Parts: sequence; structure tokens; C-alpha cells
Amino acid sequence: MSETLLQVRDLKMHFPIKEAAGLGRTKKVVQAVDGVSFELKAGASLGLVGESGCGKSTTGRMITRLLTPTAGEIVFKGTDIAQLKERELRPFRRQLQIVFQDPYSSLNPRQTVSNIISTPLRVHNLVKKGQELARVQELLERVGLNPEHHNRYPNEFSGGQRQRIGIARALAVEPEVIIADEPVSALDVSIQAQVMNLLEDLRKDLGIAFVFIAHDLGVVRHFCDEVAVMYLGKIVEQGSRDQIYNAPQHPYTQALLSAAPDLGTIRGVPPKERIRLVGDVPSPIDPPSGCRFRTRCWKAEDICATQEPLLEIKPQSTQGHTAACHFAEPKVDLIAETA
Amino acid sequence: MAESAATPADATADAQRGPSVATRERRQGSINPSGETPYLVVEDLAVKFPTADGLVSAVNGLSYSVPLGRTLAIVGESGSGKSVSSMAVMGLHDRKRTRITGSIRLGGDELVGLPENELMKIRGDAMSMVFQDPQSSLHPLYTIGNQLVEAYRVHHKVSKDVAKKRSLEMLDLVGIPNPARRFSQYPHEFSGGMRQRAMIAMSLINDPKLVIADEPTTALDVTVQAQILDLLNNLQKEFGSAIVLITHDLGVVAEMADDVLVMYAGRCVEYGTAEDVLANPRMPYTWGLLESIPTVSAANERLRPIKGLPPSLLNLPQGCSFSARCPYVDRVKGELCTTQLPDLLPVDGAGAHTSRCHLHDKASIYETEIAPRLG
Repeated sequence: MSETLLQVRDLKMHFPIKEAAGLGRTKKVVQAVDGVSFELKAGASLGLVGESGCGKSTTGRMITRLLTPTAGEIVFKGTDIAQLKERELRPFRRQLQIVFQDPYSSLNPRQTVSNIISTPLRVHNLVKKGQELARVQELLERVGLNPEHHNRYPNEFSGGQRQRIGIARALAVEPEVIIADEPVSALDVSIQAQVMNLLEDLRKDLGIAFVFIAHDLGVVRHFCDEVAVMYLGKIVEQGSRDQIYNAPQHPYTQALLSAAPDLGTIRGVPPKERIRLVGDVPSPIDPPSGCRFRTRCWKAEDICATQEPLLEIKPQSTQGHTAACHFAEPKVDLIAETA
Repeated sequence: MAESAATPADATADAQRGPSVATRERRQGSINPSGETPYLVVEDLAVKFPTADGLVSAVNGLSYSVPLGRTLAIVGESGSGKSVSSMAVMGLHDRKRTRITGSIRLGGDELVGLPENELMKIRGDAMSMVFQDPQSSLHPLYTIGNQLVEAYRVHHKVSKDVAKKRSLEMLDLVGIPNPARRFSQYPHEFSGGMRQRAMIAMSLINDPKLVIADEPTTALDVTVQAQILDLLNNLQKEFGSAIVLITHDLGVVAEMADDVLVMYAGRCVEYGTAEDVLANPRMPYTWGLLESIPTVSAANERLRPIKGLPPSLLNLPQGCSFSARCPYVDRVKGELCTTQLPDLLPVDGAGAHTSRCHLHDKASIYETEIAPRLG
């Protein structure tokens, strides 16, 4: 068993919102993340999946402390960093890095690539003066870019290349954990595969642990050993890749898998069972009582409105597979198995 | 440029104003994979933009056809010309900044070169478009109802009440709950999925025979995407319209398309029925696309990306545009791939499945090398 690097316990992020002040003014909050817990082992990769607004990115931003959580713990190697002050946080920043979704807005257009990558090196005093360039070039080579291009500006690179620059910047400080927030969703498929393979190499060669945030179930299946499915600020199901994809228990996970357009349909594989959700995700300002998924769930009964289901191991589940549903039961025939 | 497209240029010239029925049938038969009489026929379409850096050839020698009741998916990456070609069909390019040649016929009527006022009568009526981002394609300052009524009254001389009745029907049809209340709401009061439904209602309000859907679900979440794709499928069954679906997502193609056209660097590189193109592809670029997608059903093995980047449209390479990224170039004798643009030819000597590639043994390469890896 490898050691646990990062432990997140009951993490919450409530954003206060300004409402027009009337009589009986009440303070409202957006419950973006509401009690999320998971563990990340050294060198592992955990996928956070869900639709927009489910709180997956907010969770990523809290772990890297770009946001300060409203409540909960983020224990990194024994220290709770959830409420640390900026100064105390600095040594941890080096070990927890983030790669953003949009390679266009996450790089400063007025700085050369060399500058972008060497800034973290300087901030953390990681290289001697005069050796910066050598290190930058080494990093560029590591992510598959031409080291000669260190003097160029971001606009001279394509989307995929920019994403590589963002990855090189994160790698510069030799982190132990990288939070990858939709790292390939802005890229074309052929380029997406290049970047996915790069991330996989980094994970294998450097032993970096990943929290991989994505909405694309195919990408997550490809990259992650462990998967947590989020809905409206909560984890609804968590387990190993095989548990989640081959025997999903939560109705929402089942609906997600069923909705993913799949090439299997054309390759002569009989069409999978179709589950279609109705309606949209409810507002996180005033989430449904009890189970948050009940408004779109075909299994919902009275108990779902009154009693919130806990994320727990069900009698029928295999080890480590948890689901938050009163009526959880595995479905095995949702995706066409081609392998 | 050594341009040798599927249709000779002179054939297009005399096609400008109604070719004889016999020629039209022959030509259409030769380019439609289904064999049905097409409603939309695009022939040898080229779209070029003069820019300060030179002439950008966004679309070159593109030919396809779509019969009523059928869906053609145009697949390609950014910059492949899939959106540009469809905007040309809709006549949405700025005439002063675009050079469009070739032929686009809708129900037999030529659209290329049609004056703007004539085009206005067709656009939104016989053909309409669903855009990718319903947030930016609906007017934020008018209510949804207002916009629907306007779309209807532009093409029908009816009173506002009649138009409102029709609008409410359409909102109901696309599955928007409580149409009467939604009618008087503004776009920002709609969620992304509901907005796209409203957009679809607007594009279908005049009962168009051709609907062009440009990445209609790319901005949506996967469960909502499934709803919208089902909706498009059901509406097509009901109205029998021809759909051109533009997408980069091969999963969406697999669920929606009857025919598939793969574009690369402004050209069609493979064209056929969905089964032909997705289950028996005969072009290395299509293979590359299929191999680079991680699917929900595939086993966890290393992805095989296409190396490199697409060529610049300012300066297309001589020969096959894909040659610089193609792993099979050395299996073609001599330097054919880098010197001569391959024609779009039937993959098995006859038939409607065509691909643009010099490779001789495409079928056996696919069967022995690619298919086993795809599982």
C-alpha cells in the first residue's frame, strides 16, 4: 500500500450571494461544494467527473488553495492546509500544482515562455542564477516542445502546445500532486490524445499523483484508477475505475454513462440500454431536500425527499465502492464492452 | 495549385443555371451514398478568404448531397472547413471578403451567386441553422417569444396572434415545459439546454426542409446533450427534413448520422454511409481520429495520437494535405503522397464509399493493423 498523500474531509465551499435587500433580508449562499471527502495516494490518479456546476472545479481550486474552503479539512502529508495563511502555505504551493482548462487564458500573453516557466523556479528559489535557462529548456523538452522556442510568446503556439507550456510550468517546481482541471477539453481530438499520453508519461516516470477533473467519461476512464462522480456539490458514487464503469450503482452515474455518445454503437455492438434524464440540474442556491438528485431520478420515492442518503458501501458492492442512494443497485450492461 | 477535384470545373459552370434532368440525376447519383434523390447538393464548393497574409483556402472542391429525412455528419477538427462550408450553404459569409465558387443547389435551385434579397427568402424558411452557442445566438434584449414570432412573420404574412400560437406550439414540441410562461421570458432566464431547445424551435418554426446544426450540443452537458440529440432525431422523423450535422465528436456521429463526411484542411478526405466510414474507414486520417479517442467502452491502453499539427490553410502542401502527419506515406511508391493530391475515389473500385488516399491496400491495412487495435 502506498502512502496517502492527500486527504480531503467534509470539504465545503459556500459562496455568499448578494440579493436585493428587502424586508426580512436573508443571506443566501451557493452551495458549490457541500461535504466532499476523498483520499489520494502517492502516484495515484483520481478522476472527479460531473456536469457543469457540480463543484468539481471548485474542489480542485480549494485543494490548491486558490480558494479558501468554508469548512472541512485538506490534509496534505499530515498538515491541514485548509485554513493556512498565505505565508505558511508557500511550501505547500510547491507540492500542489494545477493545470488549467483553457490554454489561451491561463498563460500571460506578454511574457515569454521562458519567463512563464522560470517564474515559479525563482519564487521557490529552486535554481541558481544562470542555470534557469537550462532548466527551462529541460522542462520544454520533457513536455515535448522544442527547447529552442523558449524565447517565444504564447500566441506563437497552438492550443495543444500551449497546454504543454502550462504543464511545464506546473512541473517546474517538482510537485507531488497535480490538479488537472479539464486539461484536454479545449483541444481537438488528435491533439487531445497527444496531451493525454504526455500526462500519462509524467505520472509513470515522475510518480506524480493526479486529481483529474473532467466531464468526458472516456478521458477519465482512460486516465484514472479511481473515480468520484459528483452531482450538485456532493460525491454520489466513488470507486475504482472498473467498479464505476462496469457496475455503476447510483442512478446518476448510470445516466451519465448511458448518455455518453459512444462509438461502440456503430461497431456492431448491440445498443446499450438508454437512460434519459429529464430536466436540468437544480440551482445550488436552494438544492432539493434529501437526495439532491431526486428531482431527476426515476427511482425517487418519498424517503428520498426526507432523508439524505449517505455515501456508503452497499451490501451488494465490492470493496471500496460507495454510493449515496437509497435504492442503489449495480447495472452491468450500460456500456458496450469492446475489449 | 494542382486541383483535381471529383467534379470537373466545367461541369460546375454549366450547372449554374439548371442542368438537364438527366445530367442532374446522374451527377447526384454518383455522389450520394444512399442512392436517394438528394435535396441539398453541394458540388465542387470552394471558399477562399483574401487576407493580409494571402489567400486562405478554407474549403476546396467539396461535394456532397443530402436527401430529405437523412442526416449527414460533417466531421473534422478546428480549421478543417466544416463550419465555413456550411455557412456558405446558408449564405452567411460576408460577400466582400469571401470568394465562393462551385455550386450549392437546394431542391434544384442554385444558391451560389443568388442576390441577398433572394437568399433572405430562403434562409430561415426552406433552410435554417442551429448554432453551437445558444447564449450568443439569441438576442439577449428580446423575449424568446418575440424572437420566435419575428422568425415566423418574416416568412408568413400572419397576425401576431397567429404567430404566437405557432410559437407556443413549437416551444411545446421541443419539450419546453410551460410554454406560455417561457414565451415571455428572456434568454438569460433559460438554462443552456432550454436555450438550445428554444433555438431549435426557432429554426424549425418555418418547417424547413434543410436544417444545418453546427455543433448543436458542444456547449451542453452530456445528459442534456443526449436529450437534444434525441430531440433532433425525433423531430427529423416527424418533419422529414434533411439535416447536416457539424461536429468534432465521433460519438455523436455514431448516434446520429446516416452519412459521414470527414474533412481535413478544407477537403473531403472520406465520404460514405456511417457504417462505411466508422466501421470500415479507408483513410489514414479517419483511422487516426478513431484511434485517438478514449471511449467509455474501450479498455485502458495507450492512445495513439496523430502526430504533428494540421497544415496552414494559407499555404497548403503539394500533394495530400495529410501527408506530413501520415504514418503510411512510406508505403506508397515514390513520392506520390507529397507531390500529387489524391483524388476522391471509390474505395472498392465502385460504390459510394469514397476516400482520398494513394494507399493501395487500405482495406487490408485496416483489417490487419487498425481494426484489432480498435477492439
